[in-house]
Amino acid sequence: MAETVVFYLLAGTAIVASALVIGQRNPMYSVLMLIASFAALAGLYIQLDAPFVAVAQIIIYAGAIMVLFLFVVMLLNAPQEDAAEWDQSHPLRRPGIARFGAALAAVLILQLSWALMRISELEAPVGSQAGPAGVSSVRELGRVLFERHGFAFEATSVLILVAMVGAVVLARREEP
Amino acid sequence: MDLRLGVQLGIIGLTFFMLINASALLVLAERKIMGFMQQRYGPYLVGPHGLLQPLADILKLLMKEELRPKGADRWLFTLAPILSVTAAFAAFATVPWGAETTLFGLLETPVKLGASDVNVGVLVVFAITSMGVYGIVLAGWASNSKYSLMGGLRASAQMISYELAYATSLAAVVLLAGSLSLREVVDGQSGTWLGFIPRWYVFLQPLGFIIYVIAGVAETNRAPFDFPEAEQELVAGYNTEYSSVRFALFPQAEYINMATMSAVATDLYLGGWHGIPFLDAYGLSWVTFLLKVGIILFTYIWVRWTVPRYRYDQLMGFGWKILFPASVINLVITAALVLYFNG
Repeated sequence: MAETVVFYLLAGTAIVASALVIGQRNPMYSVLMLIASFAALAGLYIQLDAPFVAVAQIIIYAGAIMVLFLFVVMLLNAPQEDAAEWDQSHPLRRPGIARFGAALAAVLILQLSWALMRISELEAPVGSQAGPAGVSSVRELGRVLFERHGFAFEATSVLILVAMVGAVVLARREEP
Repeated sequence: MDLRLGVQLGIIGLTFFMLINASALLVLAERKIMGFMQQRYGPYLVGPHGLLQPLADILKLLMKEELRPKGADRWLFTLAPILSVTAAFAAFATVPWGAETTLFGLLETPVKLGASDVNVGVLVVFAITSMGVYGIVLAGWASNSKYSLMGGLRASAQMISYELAYATSLAAVVLLAGSLSLREVVDGQSGTWLGFIPRWYVFLQPLGFIIYVIAGVAETNRAPFDFPEAEQELVAGYNTEYSSVRFALFPQAEYINMATMSAVATDLYLGGWHGIPFLDAYGLSWVTFLLKVGIILFTYIWVRWTVPRYRYDQLMGFGWKILFPASVINLVITAALVLYFNG
């Protein structure tokens, strides 16, 4: 009972905060709402008996990446988005682009509902075959990550490295 | 009520009480030690030898008028100090500070000294301390003042730079102990080598310990790394516009963070509550723990009043070009040795 209440509390926080991320006019508040959303997600992971994933979520997303976001928002000192700027003459308000966006949204909704309907057919999650320790065992998680999904892991790290090199190239000033 | 539950709640309450008092005592200790180093007495008038000075300080801050600049962001300006101090308290939640004890035979089964015990305790401490920076960053931004903003910006840049080295040095200890639970890390350090050298990880991880302490000083924004509030450049940095209780919460968070950092260093590197067998036998292992924490805290204060502040670009350069590579090399060597001897 108490667990269900906590679940709905966390899930509600995550949804409302995520909606507010795009609903806020002030970019600073958007970042904070995103952090709140991540924190609620971390709470959900704890409910799923995966404290390691929850803590990793806090350290990496809420702790490191969002500090970087905040740093950039503060550094640029982005002003509040002006409503007048977004009038009908804005390029993104043209009917063709709006229709394209609507089509994409429809596809996303279809995909999501298809995925949610198939949830029962999925193979058992990582923890269930690992015995009583479950996903909370960091050892088990590491084994699955580096043995079964080793290639995906390495590919992701190369991808991140490429993005980093790209950022350095873009940001570098040519020596005079 | 169940006796055991009562004892557990009592321990949580005691942890909280100790942290509050630690912040008050550290203010006094800081001023006394500073006085000693500068050949003067420090606070002396309130109470015997100035012992009640923290009370007077708190009372003074409580009586002050609370000001909020006109252009400040109302919500974030109020939220920032609360966030700061909440994160500071919460970070101590998984730090154990004593061996299992039956409270001199009061309980049948021993109880663990420490607010809670989680199997990923090391990471929880790290995650919550990294949340603390939001308090400083938001304070800097919400004040709508250029000095505060600069302080907040510096805090976030500094935190990102030093967190990497900090986490990497933690990872080396976790590798040695083979566990993410702080209590298990401490238990891995009981006993001695050759009969007289205590099995503390500081002897296996001298470089890691040095990196941890340096990064810890930077993470708690203490001199010589106190750039978010560098007086000569930024008036008082991120807390320039704060007054009264809201101001008081920032130094309180800083002192509690110092205590947490020292307690974690004791658990990870200095063998926690192991070391004085005579006290262990009487169930007073926490005294050993407090002694070690006290020594580290004294060193913190000692460093603050001895070493001059770095330059900001030196700080970033030091973090990225020296500290981080050193901690990565330390981690790789540790991993290789652990694999060689245990694998």
